[in-house]
Amino acid sequence: MRAYVVRRLLALIPTLLFVSIIVFVTVRLIPGDVIDMMLTQNDLSADKPSREQLVQALGLDRPMPEQYLRWLGGILQGDFGRSLWQSTPVLDELMHRLPVTFELGLLALIVGLVIAMPIGIYSAVRQDTAGDIAARSFSILLLSVPSFWLGTMVTVFPSIWWGWSPEVNYVRFTDDPIQNLKQMIVPALVLGAALSAVTMRMTRTMMLEVLRQDYIRTAWAKGLPGRLVVMRHALRNALIPVVTLVGLQAPLLIGGAVIIEQIFVIPGMGLLLLEAVNQRDYPIVTGVFLVVGLAVMLINLAVDLSYGMLDPRVRHR
Amino acid sequence: MNAPVKPELSGTDEARGGAPLLSVRDLVTRFRTDRGAVTAVDHVSFDVRAGETLAIVGESGSGKSVTALSILRLIPDPPGSIESGQILFDGQDLLGLSEAEIRAVRGNRIAMIFQEPMSSLNPALTVGMQVGEPIHQHRGAPWAKVLRQARDLLGRVRMSDPDARVGAYPHQFSGGMRQRAMIAMALACDPQLIIADEPTTALDVTVQAQILDLLQDLAKRANSALILITHDLGVVARYADRVVVMYAGRVVETAPARELYARPRHPYTRGLMASVPRLDGDTAKRLVPIEGQPPDLSALPPGCAFAPRCQEATETCRLSRPPLRAVGTRHQVACTLEN
Repeated sequence: MRAYVVRRLLALIPTLLFVSIIVFVTVRLIPGDVIDMMLTQNDLSADKPSREQLVQALGLDRPMPEQYLRWLGGILQGDFGRSLWQSTPVLDELMHRLPVTFELGLLALIVGLVIAMPIGIYSAVRQDTAGDIAARSFSILLLSVPSFWLGTMVTVFPSIWWGWSPEVNYVRFTDDPIQNLKQMIVPALVLGAALSAVTMRMTRTMMLEVLRQDYIRTAWAKGLPGRLVVMRHALRNALIPVVTLVGLQAPLLIGGAVIIEQIFVIPGMGLLLLEAVNQRDYPIVTGVFLVVGLAVMLINLAVDLSYGMLDPRVRHR
Repeated sequence: MNAPVKPELSGTDEARGGAPLLSVRDLVTRFRTDRGAVTAVDHVSFDVRAGETLAIVGESGSGKSVTALSILRLIPDPPGSIESGQILFDGQDLLGLSEAEIRAVRGNRIAMIFQEPMSSLNPALTVGMQVGEPIHQHRGAPWAKVLRQARDLLGRVRMSDPDARVGAYPHQFSGGMRQRAMIAMALACDPQLIIADEPTTALDVTVQAQILDLLQDLAKRANSALILITHDLGVVARYADRVVVMYAGRVVETAPARELYARPRHPYTRGLMASVPRLDGDTAKRLVPIEGQPPDLSALPPGCAFAPRCQEATETCRLSRPPLRAVGTRHQVACTLEN
């Protein structure tokens, strides 16, 4: 088991290297480079630095492989470089923003599962009843509503109807947990809605599949009440593909966070990324992608490990 | 498995005393299918006495498994439903019980063993937990105690190293071991009746006899009655006290095992006998298959369901359905030719 985890963690290294090269190069290929932007922004200043000076100061005059190796060397020493604009260390910025997005993603995941699992189970157990049809329609509805639209509606209409609007001054969880959660719950709901739709349908399908199995008949023949047949005997077997699905949805959750953070003005990685891309702040963009890539790979590893907990047949020795 | 027919155990029903443990009366179970309603079990009646082994014999689709599932009301509804009849168990009609009351019978007073040991155990739970679960459910014992009892049960079904097996998962077991675990599970609450639905069909021939010997031995020791559902007449000869032969959802013949082997009356029963190889009989005799196809339950003929395949069928057989009639003290047959 430990050997397996170590092996999987070591396998992350080449993947991350590959990711870093792709991100490093593609970010620099975005049309409109940072120098042009800086020059136009600094129009009014008196001692306008020349183009050459700027390029040199930012180290962009070197050939790209050299830039990459320098950057990589820095990372190996824990230095992610500095923002081209604010010249703050990228690592500080990431460390500051990461917990915010992590909280949003985690809350969205929890909200998504809390909505999806009970409804999915109910839907399967009461297959083809009015309740099932209502639940399925609900999930189709959630699936078809894009989160940027839902997010916008949630910020607009309550303010018109009840004069309520989401808080825009972000309070950190460590400063005031209650206030923070109050603030995060609506964005988490919006972000979790889409996830819950897919999960709900998957849970229903898998439960239906499992409920037809012979061992479910055995469970009934033992005299167990329906509640135990479903929760003890069926759910665990049905969860395996559901967990895979949730794992696959995690990157989408991160993508969704970019939009949601923008709408609700939450200072997380998504907002950071958006600003950095607009300003062509290469070190920040690369740093964010590296962290996101690592997160996705760790989620995949967690999913793989959770199979072992759910299904003894794939338990790693 | 062609042992000679064993002598009947202890004489007549009356000698064993009292009313039967289980009395199925005019049971009708139907399934709704795309091609209309199908009567899988059609006015089936039989009795099981305490401690007795009753075999229900028939080919696939004869309704024997559906009969078994109907007793514990385990027919999936929809598409199936028990339409009418009575299932008297210890004087109580199981069909009249509430959902909670029938649950208190399942796995407790009547236990069931299924055909497929490979898929009948939950892959995600330990064997010990599954074997002991009826005790937890019906006796309310705490899990620690349940697992100790599960270990004892695994020992009773002669599984080696029961201490280690309790914590193992089904995929670590062979087919024979899984069926032993299923038997242990069935015995957990000392049921008065065990229904075994083709318990050895999916197993290697070498393991079949072991499992059946074990099952009957343990049932006898616990004084549990046993309903053995099978298509194997060899099994019937060796283990059954009495036999019910089913065809197309109906009982066509019922008799004590020895009587049935000595004097099979229904042409279908005779056909079944002739199609089974025997080591103790005339080895030169050729095996005779029953001609024709098993009946289509959605399109049964108006008369005797076996008539289309019966060598001796007359016009009467094709037109009217013969009722079950006594032809001996405990021997009944549903055949026009037997009048």
